[in-house]
Amino acid sequence: MSFVLVQVIAGGLLLGAVYALFSSGLTLVWGMMNIVNFAHGDFVMLGMYVAYVVYTLMGGGPILGAPLATLVLATVGIVVYFGLIRDIMKGPMLAQILGTFGLALLLRYSVFWWFGANFLSMPPDIVGGTFAFAGLRIEASRLLAGVVALLVTLGLHLLLTRTSLGSKMLAVAEDATAAQLMGIRPDTMQAIAWAIAAGATGLAGALIANFFYIVPTVGETLGIVAFVTVSLGGFGSVPGALVAGLLIGVIESLSGYLIGAVYKDIIVYVLFLFFLWFRPQGLMGKM
Amino acid sequence: MRRLVWLSVAAAVAIAYPLLLSSPFQQRLGALVLLYAIAASAWNIVGGYAGQVSVGHVVFFGCGAYAAMGAYAKFGLSPLFGIPGGIVLAAGLAAIIGVPTLRLSGHYFSMATIAVAETMRLIVTNTEWLGAAVGLSGPAVPRNIFDLSFLSSLPYYYLFLAILVITLLITWWMTNSRMGFYLRAIKDSERAARSLGAPASRTKLYAFMLSAALTSVAGALYAMMFGFVDPESGLGILISVKILIMAALGGAGLLFGPLVGAAILVPLEEISNSWLGGKGAGLTFVVYGAIIVLIARFQPGGLLSLLTRRGKSKTDKGAGHAP
Repeated sequence: MSFVLVQVIAGGLLLGAVYALFSSGLTLVWGMMNIVNFAHGDFVMLGMYVAYVVYTLMGGGPILGAPLATLVLATVGIVVYFGLIRDIMKGPMLAQILGTFGLALLLRYSVFWWFGANFLSMPPDIVGGTFAFAGLRIEASRLLAGVVALLVTLGLHLLLTRTSLGSKMLAVAEDATAAQLMGIRPDTMQAIAWAIAAGATGLAGALIANFFYIVPTVGETLGIVAFVTVSLGGFGSVPGALVAGLLIGVIESLSGYLIGAVYKDIIVYVLFLFFLWFRPQGLMGKM
Repeated sequence: MRRLVWLSVAAAVAIAYPLLLSSPFQQRLGALVLLYAIAASAWNIVGGYAGQVSVGHVVFFGCGAYAAMGAYAKFGLSPLFGIPGGIVLAAGLAAIIGVPTLRLSGHYFSMATIAVAETMRLIVTNTEWLGAAVGLSGPAVPRNIFDLSFLSSLPYYYLFLAILVITLLITWWMTNSRMGFYLRAIKDSERAARSLGAPASRTKLYAFMLSAALTSVAGALYAMMFGFVDPESGLGILISVKILIMAALGGAGLLFGPLVGAAILVPLEEISNSWLGGKGAGLTFVVYGAIIVLIARFQPGGLLSLLTRRGKSKTDKGAGHAP
């Protein structure tokens, strides 16, 4: 019994690392520009479909799919920034929410139109089947996803805190006008932030595509997960997103195992509403 | 004076429409336009006037639809008797969502409404008592006039027209009341409004509850016209999308904005569905998404704002877009 629980928790942690990876993209743009990307989950969905197309057209596994998905989504991020975000950022709140929400629909239903509503999936042995580790049965695809996501999220944190690019981005987040006076281009930095954020979703999408169901509407659920993660971890905080992502992964797996698979999404949503009531600043954030 | 002339012309057109264009398709189309106009006008109260963008409004729509069908399916009453229950349910739920989230920035509110709508859809889909994935049906054969079950769309058309007029009157009354002044002040600058003593959170909450209650009426009417409700038609996120986009396209925060939006988009969807069949469903929402993005990018005030604010748009834009 307790052994099964360990297995469930391990699975939750591995999935949670992927949640942390794509949520850190959302937290980055939210913290930096105070804009919430309602299409964030649909970016992850696009990453999944890019990986799927790479597999079906070229027969390539995640070694080819993951970098390609990262690249494609980073490009999408830059296009979206210059085509939409830069203009609606200064507009009223209605325009901001409508803009990214409309983008979400546009992406979701373009994919729906093209690929149909069927559940697609990758072959189960695309990364190397299942193996036993210290008595636990772990799918290689989940292990790969968890480990890569964890490393990239940590790398993102180091990029933001330890490099000159990170400092410039934080400077723009703090005060765009002052940063501009110091010779930093806010436009470029914000475009880079969108490229990083969207690239992270592409990578995350390609990683979970190996074991998750692939369907156009998956972005809706994942978008809410990202939002819950960021609210829990506090905006702009990548370490916060990491802890919150792992936590949500575990809570989801545990509730799926203990209560039933249908209810795991409900548990996450209810948890989110509970936090809004009692601790809106998140686990670690300040108001 | 000119306004009065326009209003009487619009009223005459609305009353004469189903008599002049009397094919079943046209009458049904007219009824649907009015129905969505009711829902979008209700959304407008919180989304347009209070500036709080709800993207899960379908949950209130579902409250009304399930209450109406539940009154028949569970208690053998006319669906009409479900309407008060739906209103109470929707307003209560709005309070539960609104109390914590309306204090926070608008993004939280938007996301919380999505989360609540999805939670409700999942719960209802898994609840046998509410018909699970199959849903609930209304009376197949009307027992008396109070069942409001008609074969023709004509009675629905005039019923919806009456409810729409009431909805617009409530909205108009609200904008001219103290609450309307508070809402306008809050929308311009919440901090300034608060410092002048406007009870910002409470006013937004009341607007949200009023909007939820009216949306539940629209949901009940929808269920009565179609004779059933299931999780997709009563609680699916796409209904929220339609409601929101109609208001935004016509003009959020303008009295007749939602009506104009509904009059453009409902025929567009019905025609594209009858041309493209089931395959058109995805394409319709691609177009909807594109329209929303374009409105947000180029005309956040909606189409009607092109007409009404032409004179003072320069000064408005300067103030609204200052960083």
